[in-house]
Amino acid sequence: GQSPPRKEGRAKVLGRALYIDDITLPDMWFGATVRSTIPRGRISSIAFDPAIPWHEFTIVSAADIPGENTIVHLTKDHPCLAVTHVNHAEEPILLLAHPNRSILPAAVAAVHITYEELPAIYTIEDSEKKEHIIWGEGEHANTFKTYLMQKNQTSIPDEIWQQADFIVEGEYRTGAQEQLYIENNGVIAEYSATDGITVRGSMQCPFYLVHALELVFNLPAEKCRVIQAETGGAFGGKEDFPSVIGSHAALLAMKSGHPVKLCYDRAEDMAATTKRHPSRTRHRTAVSKEGKLLAGEIDFAIDGGAYATLSPVVLSRGTIHAPGPYNWPYLTVRAKAMATNIPPHGAFRGFGAPQSIFALERHMDKIAKVVGITPEELRRRNFLATGDRTATGQILTDPVDMQHMLTRALEDSNYHARRAEFDRTNPTSTIKRGIGFATFFHGAGFTGSGERRLNSIVAIELTPEGRPQILVSSTEFGQGTNTILCQIAAETLHLPYDHILIAQPDTTLVPNSGPTVASRTAMIVGKLVERAAQSLCATLVAGGHLPQDYSPEDFHRAARHHLAQHGALRSEARYESPANVFWDDETYSGEAYPAYAWAVYVAEVAVDTTTYSATVTNFHTLQEVGNVIHPILAAGQIEGGVAQGIGYALYEKCLWRNGHLANNQMTNYIIPTTADIPPIHVTFEQVPSPHGPGGAKGIGELPMDGPAPAILNAIEHATGISFTEIPLLPEDIFERMTRIPDAGSESLEPAIAGPIFSEATA
Amino acid sequence: MIAIRFTINGHAETIEAPPMKRLLDVLREDLHLTGTKEGCGEGECGACAVLIDGDLVNSCLIPILQAESTEIITIEGLAIDEKLHPIQQCFLEQGGAQCGICTPGMILATHHLLEKNPQPTLLQIQEGLNGNLCRCTGYMRIFNAVLQAAVAEAAK
Repeated sequence: GQSPPRKEGRAKVLGRALYIDDITLPDMWFGATVRSTIPRGRISSIAFDPAIPWHEFTIVSAADIPGENTIVHLTKDHPCLAVTHVNHAEEPILLLAHPNRSILPAAVAAVHITYEELPAIYTIEDSEKKEHIIWGEGEHANTFKTYLMQKNQTSIPDEIWQQADFIVEGEYRTGAQEQLYIENNGVIAEYSATDGITVRGSMQCPFYLVHALELVFNLPAEKCRVIQAETGGAFGGKEDFPSVIGSHAALLAMKSGHPVKLCYDRAEDMAATTKRHPSRTRHRTAVSKEGKLLAGEIDFAIDGGAYATLSPVVLSRGTIHAPGPYNWPYLTVRAKAMATNIPPHGAFRGFGAPQSIFALERHMDKIAKVVGITPEELRRRNFLATGDRTATGQILTDPVDMQHMLTRALEDSNYHARRAEFDRTNPTSTIKRGIGFATFFHGAGFTGSGERRLNSIVAIELTPEGRPQILVSSTEFGQGTNTILCQIAAETLHLPYDHILIAQPDTTLVPNSGPTVASRTAMIVGKLVERAAQSLCATLVAGGHLPQDYSPEDFHRAARHHLAQHGALRSEARYESPANVFWDDETYSGEAYPAYAWAVYVAEVAVDTTTYSATVTNFHTLQEVGNVIHPILAAGQIEGGVAQGIGYALYEKCLWRNGHLANNQMTNYIIPTTADIPPIHVTFEQVPSPHGPGGAKGIGELPMDGPAPAILNAIEHATGISFTEIPLLPEDIFERMTRIPDAGSESLEPAIAGPIFSEATA
Repeated sequence: MIAIRFTINGHAETIEAPPMKRLLDVLREDLHLTGTKEGCGEGECGACAVLIDGDLVNSCLIPILQAESTEIITIEGLAIDEKLHPIQQCFLEQGGAQCGICTPGMILATHHLLEKNPQPTLLQIQEGLNGNLCRCTGYMRIFNAVLQAAVAEAAK
């Protein structure tokens, strides 16, 4: 592919791109949110401090909601504003608006709310005990969703466990992670009795917000207009949350009669908005002495926080990715999303897969150690290959060659020589170096029948000047949506890239091309753009205005001619589910994703035994994402994802105190800086895919999956210690390295520990 | 309220403001220069970076009082007559800007770095930009942009 400059790049480098907080509307007021200060309880009183001139303010409570008091995602458990009870700290209770932004913080502090506190729970384990039921009842008590995924819908026969040479057990944990887009969540809402609501804002999925507004305001969709403003990073953090802040701002606009800007500051955004779900994964694996996986039992649990939000679908992606790119004769995954009194967790790049892949790729290194073969050899003996069936029973018809991928990645990273070198130098050095890798896949597009349900539409129209303009609800937030969709249209229409326009997503003007999530934009929406462009071209050719073999000038002449004759030209393409694609939500079997990206990531680390800090010193990525549309943007996606993965593994810790995020600021929630990032090498294995435009597949989430396990595998090589939990901070390494040697998994030797390898029996 | 005089992107300016009002807010609210962004409000992220008398500062930490009689340059002051500054051109070509919200601060930090050290090594670039956080790029393309800008500046 070619790498033209990004469409909106000039405005961005000039500082002229307008993000939501850069926009001011006439007579605009500002909003603020009054939130719960306790994690769980009954609201007993609300008092307004008389020192504040409240008559100048607009105050909104749940009683002002014209429709349903709910923020709808998948279920209606999540109130727009709390009424009698609160279920997490920072839960919105009241909304304030005032013409002067600077006096709002004092006003928020002057609303005094008292509570009758109820016991709160903060961990998956507390939620499982069900001593305190904070959500649901009966079998759903504290449980948002469960899945049972069994290969061939068959349970694992007892003989497998009895006859296995080894049974390897392990438990792995991952923490919450803040998306930390540099632009906080923010919107501006307007209301008019005749036209309804208009919300502009920083967001990924304009039609999600339309749907949320329809319910809160009891208005038809055509009276709920949503416009995406330039968006300063999202990573999933602006998938579901804009439904909350957008509804709030619209309520204030309706009651105040003014446009209302509601933009969080960093502390509020970090304390109150969604994070990546914390997880716990338990593996029990039957293995032969030849290193063949015989059967696996995986218990996968995520902490969803106080309301369901997107937890069921996050859990789904995590479940389907839990078996990794391996061939399991028998496999059972039991998955559950549990409720706690933490602010609701939500979408974050990878969407459940980084959690279950971390567990599996750490566990694979443990199995290799137990069996007595290298991590490389274990994976080679179990990789899925073309024609194999995945754990959901999907036959891999597209070519897959993980053997070659692994060979190439280990060569590119000089893995074997580096490993030998570190083994030689570590004994005499206070800096312990290590190298490790992870092999993984990531499904592109919505899970299962999701794309069929979304039923996405894309349009291309001619502007009055005869230029093709793409109309989609797919949003640009840094990943390059605008640029690659224009490239695809340009390529299809045989026009220069600069001739193609793309409209800012405005739900009254663009069709619903689906949410901008799930690594679906390049592959699914891109394919629709390709088809819409083909149909536009066919119309011009059929009208006799355009020769088969045409120049850009011919095209523009034909376009103007068509417009003069017919007034307008607009062509649409709607998603068509490929033939013989089958997915069964009941048995969790079938075609889980239209296509998969495949990857091998290799990390080198240095662990300083004086400071106990671990740093990543070199990072190699090899991935197969089909054909690459835009090499610079694609490499940028990988590098950015790897940096977030390094943060996930080594730096980013959400510290919860009584259900409050204690480190809700950049000062003590640490993301990688320029000084923390190693050279990140990006290589693409280009295999054209039949599913996407020009042979492309999805890419965005993939790089989030591999870094954390590769880094911890490298740290095990460096230190001989098998860490099983992220984030892994210097204090964690200190605690473990200074502990008197005991029976961690790293001390397991087959002859000593017997055939079952778990921390409990070691 | 007090009157503060300073030069902004080459123009003399006098504004009336409370002395402790943040320079960031004066730029964005009083002067409508919204290219300077707020990311954290506590001097950690560098999205609000501007140049004051040639020094790189986080404008969220500067009370406007301190701007008296200074020369301030913001992202709006870098391009001349619609022609991108070479640093802006390199960020655009190299993919140094993704979502773009850190970009103004990152470009001014690069400007400051290259003024002090026209031919920085990779390590010096990493040190020079480590007060500016980016969540999108993983910084690789930003380093490439700075290296290319150093070459372009040297060729000037």
